[in-house]
Amino acid sequence: MTTTEDRPATSLQPTRGARFTGWAGNYIDERTSISGLVKELGRKIFPDHWSFMLGEVALYSFIVILLSGTFLTFFFQASMVPVVYDGSWAPLKGIEMSAAMKSALDISFDIRGGLLMRQVHHWAALLFIASIGLHMLRIYFTGAFRKPREINWLIGFLLFVLAMAEGFTGYSLPDDLLSGNGLRIIDGMVKGVPIIGTWISYLLFGGEFPGTDIVGRLYTLHILLLPAILVAALGVHMLLLIINKHTQFAGPGRTNDNVVGAPIMPVFAAKAGGFFFIVFGVIVLIASLFTINPIWVYGPYDPSPVSAGTQPDWYIGFADGALRLVPPGWEVVLGGYTLSLNILVVLAVVGIFLVVVALYPFLEAWITGDKREHHIADRPRNAPVRTAIGAAGVTFYAVLWAAASSDLIATHFRLTIEGVIHGCQVLLITGPIIAYFVAKRVCVGLQKKDREIALHGYESGRIVRLPGGEYIEVHEQLDDYERWKLVSFEDYTPLMIRPNAQGRITVNQRVRAAASNWFFEDRIAPVTRTEIEKSHSHEA
Amino acid sequence: MATAPSPSETPKQRMPKQRVPRQGSPKAALRKQRAAGRRHPLATVALIMVGLVATGGAYALFSSSATAETQTAAQAQLDEGGKLFAANCATCHGMALQGSTQGPSLIGVGAAAVDFQVGSGRMPLAATGAQAEKKPSQFTDEQVAALASYVASKGPGPAIPSSEYLAGTGDAGKGAELFRINCAMCHNVAGAGGALTEGKYAPPLADISAKHIYEAMATGPQSMPVFNDKNISPEDKANIITYLKYLDKTPSPGGFDLGNLGPVSEGLFIWIFGLGGIVAITIWLTARSN
Repeated sequence: MTTTEDRPATSLQPTRGARFTGWAGNYIDERTSISGLVKELGRKIFPDHWSFMLGEVALYSFIVILLSGTFLTFFFQASMVPVVYDGSWAPLKGIEMSAAMKSALDISFDIRGGLLMRQVHHWAALLFIASIGLHMLRIYFTGAFRKPREINWLIGFLLFVLAMAEGFTGYSLPDDLLSGNGLRIIDGMVKGVPIIGTWISYLLFGGEFPGTDIVGRLYTLHILLLPAILVAALGVHMLLLIINKHTQFAGPGRTNDNVVGAPIMPVFAAKAGGFFFIVFGVIVLIASLFTINPIWVYGPYDPSPVSAGTQPDWYIGFADGALRLVPPGWEVVLGGYTLSLNILVVLAVVGIFLVVVALYPFLEAWITGDKREHHIADRPRNAPVRTAIGAAGVTFYAVLWAAASSDLIATHFRLTIEGVIHGCQVLLITGPIIAYFVAKRVCVGLQKKDREIALHGYESGRIVRLPGGEYIEVHEQLDDYERWKLVSFEDYTPLMIRPNAQGRITVNQRVRAAASNWFFEDRIAPVTRTEIEKSHSHEA
Repeated sequence: MATAPSPSETPKQRMPKQRVPRQGSPKAALRKQRAAGRRHPLATVALIMVGLVATGGAYALFSSSATAETQTAAQAQLDEGGKLFAANCATCHGMALQGSTQGPSLIGVGAAAVDFQVGSGRMPLAATGAQAEKKPSQFTDEQVAALASYVASKGPGPAIPSSEYLAGTGDAGKGAELFRINCAMCHNVAGAGGALTEGKYAPPLADISAKHIYEAMATGPQSMPVFNDKNISPEDKANIITYLKYLDKTPSPGGFDLGNLGPVSEGLFIWIFGLGGIVAITIWLTARSN
């Protein structure tokens, strides 16, 4: 304020700070040639739509997980050596437990800030995987997985699976009753695999379950191998994000060849930095107010007790639900060997579901035969069949997920547990079908509405009486910017069956034509320029 | 303690010290001293004699009539219990407690079973269903006691536990271990309750009276198995009660416990409030100022 008159002087003569910055920048650039990278990265554009920030939430919660997890490794002992607890939690005093459980309890009660860090770590893990899930849904429903981003979808899927594996190994580390029960289910599933199952189980646990090795082994996976792969995949994911650039929703000035938004430097970086602290803050707030995984209540693992309401963390819930939905008696005895279909079918269903999720971009690319690059994100309604498939998939997953809490649904909604299970079994088959058709019809309906609004404007609610006595409701026209959002989307038509070079129509082509027909037979064409002009001249 | 003054000396030595500052008069203190000194050495003994005779005589006087009165009281209680039983229970359990198609025989269920079922409001049934619901008791404590003594009089069974097991002063650690092994598979490790088959359920155990917990273990109401004294000794039952009372008294060290329902409530919480809150923040961050 006081140096207003000095301003011209300072702009000519750089201040000491500016000179230092310039010198330091030059020093680093001359030795690393980093300016090219900064120029490229600093101008990376981020479109500002809230749904584009979900991946960031995942990234930031992962950072929180790394920080809090590092704290935990300082005090956690991944050992199953039996020790006697003598810490602060009275009801466990004098009870024999593994060193892992004891150190987890010590972190909770006898190390300053330990309980908060444990809770931060666990809540952040739940948020990490939840935000990955929501991020994947956003990518799916806007078609952002299309060329050139199919590879990045696959890497993202790998990150999702890695995150689940990280979550599960972490859940199993404290060696409390809940984690032991979770491992017992994994052990059962492994043993259900014919021929090799028992061998693998003994290999995994170093002998008969639970053995004395598993916590140490899972710990190595949890803090070394899985995070290493995860960080590497995350790096590639981000790199591809920079190379491919962001998608954006259609809008005036936004084309397939540009990205409209804020550059990373300086505005977005500041925003993102702030957002990191917001996410961090939300996690710490939750962790300081709400208990998660009270291992002191569960007590040390002992193979005999199983608590009511034993569930995995939410992201493994769909697999647990799949196990719960298997009808009784799905076992076949072949020549003295039991074939546990109750486990094999679950493994197959869950496996196929995940593979379909992973490969969906390639599946859709094959069906549509579309080899163009797409940088404009679809509105979900403008790809009705894709959206419908997504809705069916979400319903399928949701039913499996709900089934994992069948006992709690039964007690809290005063139902019978058998009724809940049977209901989920029926819904698992019918739910996705219903969701498919409902979602598709809703999409087509919304498209019709968009078309109507683009052509004739929206109802203003203003009723006007004409001189002749007729009443009309005045329709207001959209401005060109708003209309552009409604009319700019790709119009596909079903592929035609054409003979190939040998003049033959292959089975492959027939299947593809049928699939393409299924995808695009019900569609609403976007409003064309001629239609708009016609409609306007008609109304004018 | 070893050098404590003899009783006769105590008043003389202490009273001036206590009184002088309050009364503010050394003369008054001297007067008191003399008054105490004038008491006959045998006065204390005489006083004790009078006291003993009076107490003994009174006891003899009252105890003779007390027996008769208790007997009448007990008979009255039984009669009252019989009437209450006939009016409220006999429709299903039969006039002679023999049971019917509507309800089981109550011969030999013991006072503990009646105290639990009626005291927790489960009996009389409000409606037939998967299981009897806990609800406010329909009877006063005296009426419950009358019913219990009436049913107990028809056949021996588990008695209402004595208060030494109900104080919650046992070993919480032992109780927790027993609870995890014997109870948690239905009632959940944190006593939050759980589902059973066909709409039945194991109820939550928070803030249940120690007496009812003990009685439930001893009598095995509804789907619950009986944990008799050979299975879980009364001391161990007291330990389990101690643990449950410890949980009642001790809030979760980690903050709100979300119903102690484990990963399901945690998952719902992070999706609805955690991710929901963060999505709201992203919308706020990307909103353009109007």
